[in-house]
Amino acid sequence: MKRVFVTVGTTSFDDLIERVTSPEAVQELKARGYQHLVLQVGQGSILPDSDSCHELTLEAFRFKDSIAENIKCADLVISHAGAGSCLETLGADKPLLVVVNDKLMDNHQLELARQLHQDSHLLYCTPSTLNETLKTMDLAVLSPFLPGQPKHFANFLDRALGVQ
Amino acid sequence: MAVLLALLTGLCFTVICVIVRLLIVLRSGSKCKPGEKGPVCVLVVAGSGGHTTEILRLMESLSQSYSPRHYIIADTDKMSEDKIRTFEKSKKDTGSKGQFTIQRIPRSREVCQSWSSSVISTLNALLYAVPLVFRLRPDMVLCNGPGTCVPLCAAGLLLGLLGLKRVLLVYVESICRVESLSLSGKILYHISDYFFVQWSTLKDKYPKSIYLGRIV
Repeated sequence: MKRVFVTVGTTSFDDLIERVTSPEAVQELKARGYQHLVLQVGQGSILPDSDSCHELTLEAFRFKDSIAENIKCADLVISHAGAGSCLETLGADKPLLVVVNDKLMDNHQLELARQLHQDSHLLYCTPSTLNETLKTMDLAVLSPFLPGQPKHFANFLDRALGVQ
Repeated sequence: MAVLLALLTGLCFTVICVIVRLLIVLRSGSKCKPGEKGPVCVLVVAGSGGHTTEILRLMESLSQSYSPRHYIIADTDKMSEDKIRTFEKSKKDTGSKGQFTIQRIPRSREVCQSWSSSVISTLNALLYAVPLVFRLRPDMVLCNGPGTCVPLCAAGLLLGLLGLKRVLLVYVESICRVESLSLSGKILYHISDYFFVQWSTLKDKYPKSIYLGRIV
């Protein structure tokens, strides 16, 4: 069963939750073969009921200690632009669509999402273009995100500090 | 009048001495090789949330020559403590020796705190940082951007200024920073011995920084 996992992080992003559960978006997801939708809604005012959607199986929760399991089980992750969520999803090698909260002022978290988009590690849209993106997106264009190399840091430091 | 002039001359002389001393200390970083004498004592500024995750990725890559490890966390942060304990436990399982401690200091800057009150709480944090760093006398301070790291690095620099111990300041800017440095980064760029950035855009803007690609 193909799963979509939507995550908004520690704050709230009602706009995204509203859009992704709209009949149009659900239709697009279904057309792409997704059958299961899991929502992490944070402090948002909308916590959709599991009966509210007949087209897909729907599951919603506010917070969990770790969303690693949800990411692992997902075939597509739709996330806010938070650096933590982006890095965790890409680290798990899952296709990622970042939805930018255009109602927030430009914060530094966007820098990373934008850069990762430029390097084609993720897709990028706003709540108002979500439906269009779900319709036209091509996950095959995404390139894998290779993990960072802390070993390079360790080697550099060993040399600089004279560690044998 | 003469007394005033003497005082003023004295003051100027002191300021110049401090500045010269500061320049000498700052330039001596590359000659300081604590690893040649034995294990390197590290003060790790963990901060909170994402910062902790990143710094533990770096700690994971360091050999057992970096010991003991003193982790500094904000006193309001329970999650980081759990992460650090889990990490150190896994290190022990793989057979690596060495000890660690966890030290708490007041948070110097909560998210969204105003500038003026940040200054006061940073000064407050300094009151805790100085005795802590003087007591632990680390060979290096490793940090990646939480507000707490500024007073701790300042305390490390002070040890060097006083000639008590040359503490190396190693700063790794968070991977989240692509185009601009964090506030801590902007301050510590000037006094760090090794300042790492993880995106080439930042390397271009800050030529003194070290760029080895993504390292977390």
